[in-house]
Amino acid sequence: MNTVGRVKQGFYFDSVTLMRVGRELSGFPGVAEASVVMATEANKSILAMSDLLLSEFKKSGDQDLLIVVKAKDAKAADAALAKAEELLSRKKKPAAAGGTAAPAPRDVASAVAGLPGANLALISVAGRYAAREARKALDLGLHVMLFSDNVSIEEEVALKKFAHKKGLIVMGPDCGTSIVNGVPLAFANVVSKGPIGIVGASGTGTQEVTCIIANEGSGVSQAIGTGGRDVKDAVGGIAFLDAMQALADDRETKVILLVSKPPQPGVLKKIYALIRKIKKPVVALFLGEGGTPATLEQAALLAVAHANRADPVQALAHLTRRDEVLAAEARALVAKRKKTKGRYLRGLFSGGTFCAEAQVVLDGIVRHLYSNAPLGDSLKLKNAWKPEKNSVVDLGEDEFTVGRAHPMIDFTLRNKMILEQAADPDVAVILLDVVLGYGANLDPAAELVPVIQKAAKQVFVVAGVNGTIGDPQNRAQVVEALREAGAHVQLTNAAACKLAGLIAAEVARKNR
Amino acid sequence: MSIQKLFSAPLHVVNVGIEAFKDTCEKYSPPAVQVDWRPPVDVAPDSEAILAKRAAKIDKANQKVMEIILAGTPKLVGLDIARNVVPGMTEDTILHAGPPITWDRMCGPMRGGVMAGLVYEGRATTIEEAEKLAASGKIKYAPCHEHAAVGPMAGIVTPSMPVMIIRNEKFGNVAYCTLNEGLGKVLRYGAFGEEVTKRLKWMETVLYPVLKAAIAHSGPIDLKNLIAQALHMGDEVHNRNRAGTSLLYRAIAPSIVATCANKDDAVAVLNFINGNDHFFLNLSMPACKATLDAARNVKGSSIAVVMARNGTDFGVQLAGTGDLWFTAPAEVPDALYFAGFSKADANPDIGDSAITETGGLGGFAIAAAPAIVQFVGGAAGDALRYTLSMYEITAGESRMYQIPALDFRGTPTGIDVRKVVEKNLVPVIDTGVAHKKAGVGQVGAGIVAAPMGPFAKAYDALAKLLK
Repeated sequence: MNTVGRVKQGFYFDSVTLMRVGRELSGFPGVAEASVVMATEANKSILAMSDLLLSEFKKSGDQDLLIVVKAKDAKAADAALAKAEELLSRKKKPAAAGGTAAPAPRDVASAVAGLPGANLALISVAGRYAAREARKALDLGLHVMLFSDNVSIEEEVALKKFAHKKGLIVMGPDCGTSIVNGVPLAFANVVSKGPIGIVGASGTGTQEVTCIIANEGSGVSQAIGTGGRDVKDAVGGIAFLDAMQALADDRETKVILLVSKPPQPGVLKKIYALIRKIKKPVVALFLGEGGTPATLEQAALLAVAHANRADPVQALAHLTRRDEVLAAEARALVAKRKKTKGRYLRGLFSGGTFCAEAQVVLDGIVRHLYSNAPLGDSLKLKNAWKPEKNSVVDLGEDEFTVGRAHPMIDFTLRNKMILEQAADPDVAVILLDVVLGYGANLDPAAELVPVIQKAAKQVFVVAGVNGTIGDPQNRAQVVEALREAGAHVQLTNAAACKLAGLIAAEVARKNR
Repeated sequence: MSIQKLFSAPLHVVNVGIEAFKDTCEKYSPPAVQVDWRPPVDVAPDSEAILAKRAAKIDKANQKVMEIILAGTPKLVGLDIARNVVPGMTEDTILHAGPPITWDRMCGPMRGGVMAGLVYEGRATTIEEAEKLAASGKIKYAPCHEHAAVGPMAGIVTPSMPVMIIRNEKFGNVAYCTLNEGLGKVLRYGAFGEEVTKRLKWMETVLYPVLKAAIAHSGPIDLKNLIAQALHMGDEVHNRNRAGTSLLYRAIAPSIVATCANKDDAVAVLNFINGNDHFFLNLSMPACKATLDAARNVKGSSIAVVMARNGTDFGVQLAGTGDLWFTAPAEVPDALYFAGFSKADANPDIGDSAITETGGLGGFAIAAAPAIVQFVGGAAGDALRYTLSMYEITAGESRMYQIPALDFRGTPTGIDVRKVVEKNLVPVIDTGVAHKKAGVGQVGAGIVAAPMGPFAKAYDALAKLLK
């Protein structure tokens, strides 16, 4: 094996672009491993772990780009390096090369100067730089959506206080999803405009409720993400409360839907106080807190019922009937399968809130439920990489994402785990979420189908496909492809969790 | 802007980071803009906060500086011998390009220029003698810039050299520059020997008196006007001076004929100017110098008044930091090399000519000079992009110097060190490249990016002053 690399000084590319280039290189003839990363300390330590930290890389710094290729011989390695340069230069020279297109602005200020009516900055640079950019945007009077994570809580509080004073909002940090004026921002789905306004302290939670609302034929006025930390007392719910008030004042919004993990007591009190003042119906889901609504699905359906001036009780009764159908389906599936092995369910989630909702749904269906992000009665997994008994794993947690793109984009890790878990003699069911929409993997079926085909020979595979018919992935084709591969597909995460839990319980009963 | 207001207006997103996000915004609510974002430059931890806090004061100072720069009126008013007019010039003084430097750190071309200068002055008869004297400690080396002067390449000025006098009429200050020697074996590229000395002597004894008489006859020549015209005729007055030289020739030829009694001398002088496309460089440079010098010492200003290279270091001075130099090693230009030469032959960046970029010309005005776009990538669009990108780091636009291809937009003028550092975007310099060996001459030309180091240091120093 030959390992060669290059340091390119003063180059910068975003992590998603670099991941794409890295992946393309890894598929290059004769290449065993390839990595294209900015030379941050974190990335260098990851390279060191895989023995890819060449000596010439040691002196490189944050502003340098590292390309390293491990290939079967020197020729293949050099060819791959040349390919990397080509891919990166293509990226840097847009179609306008040779034309007279103006160069892109170098900071928010010059961008604003060239964009009359600019009103929101969407920031997704590395966390340590993100607050600086957000501050500049606020100074210029822009609202901010801060997709970046790894922004300190002190910075978050300072930004949000500053924004609040100026009548601006800071969505985030770590805000994955918003829909403003019908525009899907970052990881978001294509939903129609409608009467329901959402405040979400959870990105995938917001995605799921907006999808269900759209799939039920209703629509979304605004979906304002706040970042999960906003509802902690240290931040005080600044963005959450401002967003609630804005939706209360918004004429298009008829119903307000709140989605969050349980806020801390101080913030919760303020939220309740504001709910009492708001004259519109407010549906609040604090996932894991108990009560009704208990799931994203219930919350979305309740909001739709209010929007349609329909009977909320009826909306939930419809879910009870649906669950009976799922139970019958589970019994039929298990009865039909000649050989069933194991008894446990393993949920592998790319969306953190889906993993949380799974625990709410599975509570009472399966026993001994473990998670790396436990909620309610669930137990903490000792090792997230080694699920035990009934487990649901959030692959978006830090232990999985350091040095890697988000599991909604990069399926490599989960695909590996699906096959491992399917081969485990104790496992009967594998449960997955497949998130559609902008930001997510644009062709999920292509990567999942071969894996599901293999896994479905050994275990039941249940997949929740979370999206809308407007999403860029073509939901119908994705569902069809996964079903053909052998997965049992549901169109909400709650339904998928229910079906998977019922199948696991049925298999356990049968194999007792 | 309230959150309510956000809901009622079309969403227009400024995207900083993952480009795919911008594509979605563009699709659903165009237009959206992608910021070409780079990680910030490494500066002292509190500098940015200090400068942000003092932004109003700095902006006000910069406004004053820009008013001075834009209002400058450099005119060629006469010629004289350096020892008579250049401030601080002594018999032992040799001025050079760039920031201060000692003999032991000088690059080849600069040493060659110094030695040629000593022979020309009659201080040494052989090169060996000249080298000994140059290293003896007897010679006082000083930057041209510290003596109200500028010089291309090595920028050597010795006491007997004739200099042109450029007066900024509006503010009364004066700048000096030697006469351009032309191509071939020339002192500014570090050449020495009989041919070099002979030409310098001819310039002193024939060219100088003829021009001096002619300028006295014609009256002051308005350089701002000539530069503005030259830009419309395809010059950027750093790497291309053909139009400027032609315009000057037209302006002074009648006076040369009128004042020069010796017909052979008149013909020789006119042919000399006519045969040297860069003759005007030694006027565009001091024109910028005279313009920028008037803006020195404005407390709190973050505008650069000097960018200069001595072939070893690249130096920057700000209007708001007095006489301090901020330096970092000069880089070897990644330029277009003449046949038979490569980057391996090149000397690190050298010359005071970056004063043109500091004044909003040269690389900043490259879009005006389509004839030399092969230096910047080959397409006219490349030149436009270079100029357009410089608006990102400048405080204003020239009222006089315009780019026809940009609908006569004023050239980007007044480099704001805050923008350079905070946007991580350095000035581009449209320069000639010298061979690293003394006397070989020019080996290439092209666009060179200034090193970030001097700007980062200047940024920190300004923050410290304003703390």
